[in-house]
Amino acid sequence: MSELDQFRTQTRAWLDANCPPAMREPITADDMVWGGSQLAFKNDDQRAWFEAMRERGWFAPGWPREYGGGGLDRRQAQVLDEEMRRLHCRQPQYNLGIWMLAPVLLKHGTHAQKLEHLVPMAQGRVRWCQGFSEPNAGSDLASLRTRAEPDGEDFIVNGSKIWTSYGNFADWMYALVRTDPAAKKQAGISFVLIDMQSPGVTVKPIELISGKSSFCEVFFDNVRVPRRQLVGALNDGWTLGKELLQHERAAMSKFAEGAAPSLDPLASVRAWLAENPGDALAPELRTRLAKLLMDAQAFALTHRRVTEQALARHDVKGPAAIMKLVQTEQEVAKYELLADALGQRALVWEDAPSTGLEHEVDRGWLLSKTYTIAGGSSEVQLNIIAKRVLGLPT
Amino acid sequence: MSLLLSDEQVQLREAAHDFLGERSPVARQRALRDGGDALGFDPVLWRDAADMGWTAAVFPEAVGGLDFGWQGLSAVFEECGRTLAALPLLSNVALAGGAVLALGNAEQQQRWLPSIIAGEPRFATAFEEGARHAPTRVRTQARRAGAGWVLDGEKTFVIDGVGADQYLVLARSAGADDEPDGLSLFCVPADGPGVVATGVRMVDARNTANLALHEVHVDADALLGTAGKAWPAFDQVLDRARACLAAEALGLVREVFARTIDYLGQRVQFDVPIGSFQALQHRAARLYVEIELLESAVRGAFEAIDAGSAEIGPLVSLAKARASDLCATVPNEAVQMHGGIGVTDEFDLGLFVKRARVLRQQLGDGAFHRERYARLRGF
Repeated sequence: MSELDQFRTQTRAWLDANCPPAMREPITADDMVWGGSQLAFKNDDQRAWFEAMRERGWFAPGWPREYGGGGLDRRQAQVLDEEMRRLHCRQPQYNLGIWMLAPVLLKHGTHAQKLEHLVPMAQGRVRWCQGFSEPNAGSDLASLRTRAEPDGEDFIVNGSKIWTSYGNFADWMYALVRTDPAAKKQAGISFVLIDMQSPGVTVKPIELISGKSSFCEVFFDNVRVPRRQLVGALNDGWTLGKELLQHERAAMSKFAEGAAPSLDPLASVRAWLAENPGDALAPELRTRLAKLLMDAQAFALTHRRVTEQALARHDVKGPAAIMKLVQTEQEVAKYELLADALGQRALVWEDAPSTGLEHEVDRGWLLSKTYTIAGGSSEVQLNIIAKRVLGLPT
Repeated sequence: MSLLLSDEQVQLREAAHDFLGERSPVARQRALRDGGDALGFDPVLWRDAADMGWTAAVFPEAVGGLDFGWQGLSAVFEECGRTLAALPLLSNVALAGGAVLALGNAEQQQRWLPSIIAGEPRFATAFEEGARHAPTRVRTQARRAGAGWVLDGEKTFVIDGVGADQYLVLARSAGADDEPDGLSLFCVPADGPGVVATGVRMVDARNTANLALHEVHVDADALLGTAGKAWPAFDQVLDRARACLAAEALGLVREVFARTIDYLGQRVQFDVPIGSFQALQHRAARLYVEIELLESAVRGAFEAIDAGSAEIGPLVSLAKARASDLCATVPNEAVQMHGGIGVTDEFDLGLFVKRARVLRQQLGDGAFHRERYARLRGF
């Protein structure tokens, strides 16, 4: 038996022994454990699974042990990933620090920065949020204005960030700030790490058209950030920020993996069609439902094809560039169909928390509007396809 | 199984690419059209295609085939779409060959499949009776007469029906119009009394015929399969052919799209290439997205076909619906983005527009396949 096979056998046995059965069930957003200072468990199984994985350093299996990781090589980390999928193990914790920031920090951070930040991340003690977008810098991110001015050993930060997910629970933020207002847009930006407990930081959750949300606004009023929290070179933050966003897709897929299936549009619309066969809307809804399911199947096939291409080391730049656009637009279409099929029942605004279909549909329908805006709007995705894939002139 | 072409399948595609690029470029299709020949294809090219093994790919070795699978053949159809190469591959191999394989007994397979693989004599399959794909709407009657049968009726839009030597005819031996039950498939020699094929000049200048059957007598062994039970096996034959058309459409729209992207980069108006306008960039990007989804659907359909999966029906309808939709969207957008030159006959784009439109209709458009998908999914 090869060493890798041996590792696989041992890993499988260890996971089987240490991952409680309840932690192999599909997960809902409410059941996600987030590492950080506000770490909380809903039950003993969550705690046991979290602690077992933490002890092994398997929150970050591929990092060096010195930074709190598991010290696995690339192939071993891949095996662990495969075995976790095979047993349907949940992520023991959700952590944007590990999935988004750490790859950048491992590459560009100083040894001291790695020790200071990677170790607590790998132990699930610190929760991170992202500070990129600003009220006047959305799709045009490089026009951001939050200032960081040198003052002795510190920067003094003033300005605000918006659309920061879970900013109200985060311990630290990785942020893009303007350090040279005179330079051309992209050239005057730096990448800094900000302690959310610093005096002058205020966080305000944003209420959306769908109700409460995880998005926050973060305000900086003369916030002191030590210069040692600058990652990479001064005014080189744009490069790092772009690099970090390349990990976004992989990070987002961690949220999708093992997720409890979302609404089954087939079931609810089919039920409606059965109850209302003579309704004037029935033929149209039937066609829309068929189209929706067909589009979803074409997308699933594309997802598989891109995965196979990547494994075969083909260039996947093209098909990969369509995924976010297609997936989010299909989600929007799904909720539009559900809202139409339920009629006014979908428009009842319930104040009390409810798990009913109507509630899920009206909140989901409104929330789905964010999908084609957040994380690079559909229009930005089309720009990327036109320029980077099709090579159309600028 | 995989959604990617294997090394051997890629080799076949490259061979087809080189062969068709040299022997049947778009200019050849234009010459065929201008020549006005009702045959619509070059018999020498067809013989050479058969020599390359394209007619043998999907058949089992026991009957002289290569047992190479349908995914491989799909690569050939894609290349035909790119160069607009006219070959009676769908009519002979996917439709007639597929039907003999699915419905014929051992003796019939031995009698007909070697000819189909040799590319000679030629077969055509006659099932439509109207303007739109409706394979169970069959009024052509088959009634027993002694040991044999008598056929009466009119078939429309028979692919490669001009000059065919044998027709496989779908006729009704029982049941009411539009019922799948009661359909039977017969092999009818073209030179028999009462068989009249009339060429129909189509927009894509391909070989198409209407077929009249008047008191046509055939022997008992002309019947493929059991009387009245051609369905659902014939639908499975149609599914393979539908997938082949979707593959041809994929190649065609990819070619049209590539030509359009080139044009957007070259055509200068207002002192800049028109491809720098976001209004056009986003439209082009949308087309790219749709074509990528089509490729996945086509590969998925052929994967199911080669695996003999229970999902062939829905996956083929998925691929053909998308292909049919894009056969309008992509050429239409291409013409608009090309502007005036796009509507001139001298420019090749029009030849693609016309072929695409026929591909869109043959064997079911988007509406047909969305309806079928819904039905197969139980709603």
